[in-house]
Amino acid sequence: MPYIANTSEDQQAMLAAISCADFTDMWRKSQVTVPEPPLLNIPEGMSEFEVISKLRKLAAKNATELHTFIGAGYYDHIIPAAVSEITGRSEFYTAYTPYQPEASQGTLQAIYEYQSMICRLTGMPVSNASLYDGGTALFEAMMLAIRTTRRRQVVVSEAVSPIFRKMLDAYSSNLNIELIQISAGIDDSAQKELLKAVSERTACVIVQYPNFFGTIEAWSEFNEKVHEKKALSVCSTYPVSLALLTPPGELDFDIVTAEGQSLGNNLNFGGPYLGIMAVTEKLMRKMPGRVCGRTVDSEGKDGFVLTLQTREQHIRRESAMSNICSNESLCALSALVYLACVGKQGLIQVAELCAAKAAYARQLLLEIEGVEAVGGNAFFNEFVIQLPGDAAEIVGKLIDKGFAAGFPLGRYYPGRKNQLLVAVTEKRTKEEIKALATALEAVL
Amino acid sequence: MKLIFDKGKPGRRGSSLPKMDVPPENAVPAQFRRRTAAKLPEVSEQDVIRHYTLLSRKNMGVDTNFYPLGSCTMKYNPKVNERAASLPGFAELHPLLPQLRRGGALTQGALEVIYETQRLLCELLGFADCTMQPLAGAHGELTGIMLIAAYHKARGDHARKVLLIPDAAHGTNPASAMVGGFITQTVASDAEGNVDIEDLKKHLGPDTAGLMLTCPNTLGLFDKNVQEVCRLVHETGGLNYCDGANQNAVMGRVCPGQIGFDVMHVNIHKSFSTPHGGGGPGAGPVLVGECLVPYLPVSRVEKRDDGTYTLRYHCEESIGYIAPFYGNFGIILRAYAYILTLGREGLKRISENAVLNANYMRVRLAPYFDQKVDRPCMHECVFSAAPQAKKGVHALDIAKALIDRGFHPPTMYFPLIVHEALMIEPTETESKETLDEFIDALIEVVKLVDTDPESILAAPVTTPVRRLDETSAARNPNLADI
Repeated sequence: MPYIANTSEDQQAMLAAISCADFTDMWRKSQVTVPEPPLLNIPEGMSEFEVISKLRKLAAKNATELHTFIGAGYYDHIIPAAVSEITGRSEFYTAYTPYQPEASQGTLQAIYEYQSMICRLTGMPVSNASLYDGGTALFEAMMLAIRTTRRRQVVVSEAVSPIFRKMLDAYSSNLNIELIQISAGIDDSAQKELLKAVSERTACVIVQYPNFFGTIEAWSEFNEKVHEKKALSVCSTYPVSLALLTPPGELDFDIVTAEGQSLGNNLNFGGPYLGIMAVTEKLMRKMPGRVCGRTVDSEGKDGFVLTLQTREQHIRRESAMSNICSNESLCALSALVYLACVGKQGLIQVAELCAAKAAYARQLLLEIEGVEAVGGNAFFNEFVIQLPGDAAEIVGKLIDKGFAAGFPLGRYYPGRKNQLLVAVTEKRTKEEIKALATALEAVL
Repeated sequence: MKLIFDKGKPGRRGSSLPKMDVPPENAVPAQFRRRTAAKLPEVSEQDVIRHYTLLSRKNMGVDTNFYPLGSCTMKYNPKVNERAASLPGFAELHPLLPQLRRGGALTQGALEVIYETQRLLCELLGFADCTMQPLAGAHGELTGIMLIAAYHKARGDHARKVLLIPDAAHGTNPASAMVGGFITQTVASDAEGNVDIEDLKKHLGPDTAGLMLTCPNTLGLFDKNVQEVCRLVHETGGLNYCDGANQNAVMGRVCPGQIGFDVMHVNIHKSFSTPHGGGGPGAGPVLVGECLVPYLPVSRVEKRDDGTYTLRYHCEESIGYIAPFYGNFGIILRAYAYILTLGREGLKRISENAVLNANYMRVRLAPYFDQKVDRPCMHECVFSAAPQAKKGVHALDIAKALIDRGFHPPTMYFPLIVHEALMIEPTETESKETLDEFIDALIEVVKLVDTDPESILAAPVTTPVRRLDETSAARNPNLADI
């Protein structure tokens, strides 16, 4: 039997050692007396070759050869080969959470370096070891603000990812939280309206930078006003954009979260992904999730440990800061190796390529008759265009031509039925962008 | 060892990128640009590979050492599953594709994987339906709790605010209940490690939303009263949640959905062999009985009459979005490969051997430690190092001495109801020879408690670092090199 080491001889010897006649006797003695299920609809086992052949066939039914311009928070970036070579080292991927630090210095130092990398990129002083994904990270940020301020009202801009907002909705439904969503424009996350909604009852304001529509906005003055009401300011960001943009830490955000997939992680049809969270010094001890700290051993040698564990569920149970138990360590390792590999100049180059190709694509698409600009004053690698008809339908036609042309906004914004959110990464060539424009023109 | 930031020099590059093939202008105005570049490393690709390869060698993993960490099920992670997850047809697939018109047809293989894994889990665990969305075990708990809340809410039963949790439960249970908006009450265990029925009855009432029971429990025991416990909770109008963290003990032997549980999660990274990754990613699918099906999160993966697969988003009573997409797909895929490989018989053999290995360990080590409950266990055995602690050598010290002998230690100080706990879970993938080597090493350590306790208190001595100063790490946190 695969994955079982004991031979039947071993089994007999071990059954004798535990004074059991056979396995039936063993179940009986361990008080498992409930009826045994027949499991008729589970097939017989297969050989390794048969399993991988079946899965290859299933993989072949999925289209990954499309020219993709979909982003909406999840981006198709280049991943250097070195990333999977390191995350594929089984000393990393077959280890558990590093509870025994002397036997886990590899994982621990990697987490410490990851935390440092996130701080350097976001401009924040503290990062945790990662959370599940960008959406759950935003929920944890909201709860952190609620714990800290002891207020239960949260104000969210509709220019925050609609997927994340739906998650906030679901999670807050039983928690007596007042979630106020403020409608926003493409070029403006509704800063004025957000500020109007902020009061002495507000725990935090949540915005996205660049916003969901790709637009970059100024936030410094906004955050100053939020802080006047003693509310916290939370932003969800796109890590690759931060190679070029003023880091959120310099804009006075209190909590920064992000979906970290864009840093060296595959799209994986929705996961596993990487929840990034970075906070101010003041919020450190209330932050959820694992954290690694640098310390010394009994001989004064540098080393790393999980620390601030009294915040966590395995110690505090129902008084813990969160129920979160695991992080996404291996995805954080991907992000770390990615950032080390592309490095200081490389990440800027990735971002410059994305931004230039996006600007070029927008210009080309806007030259098509019937396609109009919506916003677009300042954007990184994603922008919105107005099509002369239902964007979902037009995207459907383009799929048949081999293009995933973008994300139709009508899916989450009923008033934006004809609008398409287009993302361009460094992977897309000039030829692909031109071909997209030609194809779009042809189907309009 | 140096940090990656302490290596390299200005101008050194570790990657090559495509040339700029469009005009280099972009739409990021100067006022939004960062003034100084983020201080990322400037190293060569070889620097990166050597640095992290050397770091990896400072880890113990299942592939390098026996790792009997109780409650964590550190079984072997089959390589064919890794191969499957790296197939580009899965790894490079954009999750929004099936939400585009005509995009569904281009993701049929991936949707089939999710649908089929759901079906196989329902069959194996005895439930009506399943969501693969929860991203970890604790996330599954929270999802299950939200389903229980939705159920009572839909019935207008607003008084049910209390979740009952036995004292042997994982810390995540009460923490998840809190995040889900419930109040928790603790139910005692009896002398045999079962739920104390009399204590349970005292807590049951019109405010009971349900019971969260780890089955088999955290003492590694199967609660012989489990059906009675579930019946009592149902009688008062509550629902039964099964924490399936320990399902590895009873796969193909016990169907929780058929003995009184209404909802459960399983830890894919435990029972279904996916790697723990140094602390994630995992996956925690949630299974439900008929009464909770309407509340499952969206989207739902469905099979049409023509055999194709589709996503359904319009489910009126759904609790909504608990994850951005369809769960940790890359992890689900590995579990699917595992279930296909083992099949019906294989899954049963897995559990038989997990239980056999744990009992063999229990019987051979019993003379050297205390046990809270002396009866046959399931997939793990729990000892108390109280006799050694009296002599000044604690569970922690024993654990460190095992590291020097080439073994990852068992779980220490959990469950909390056992003094000086050492919780050993050998798993079915380990051979009798490995178990014997570990047992001999542990006995040797126990004997040293009498003859040379100092050597144990000084352990570990073979590791890259000795015991670390955790107190000053927490008092003056250094969490980043900035």
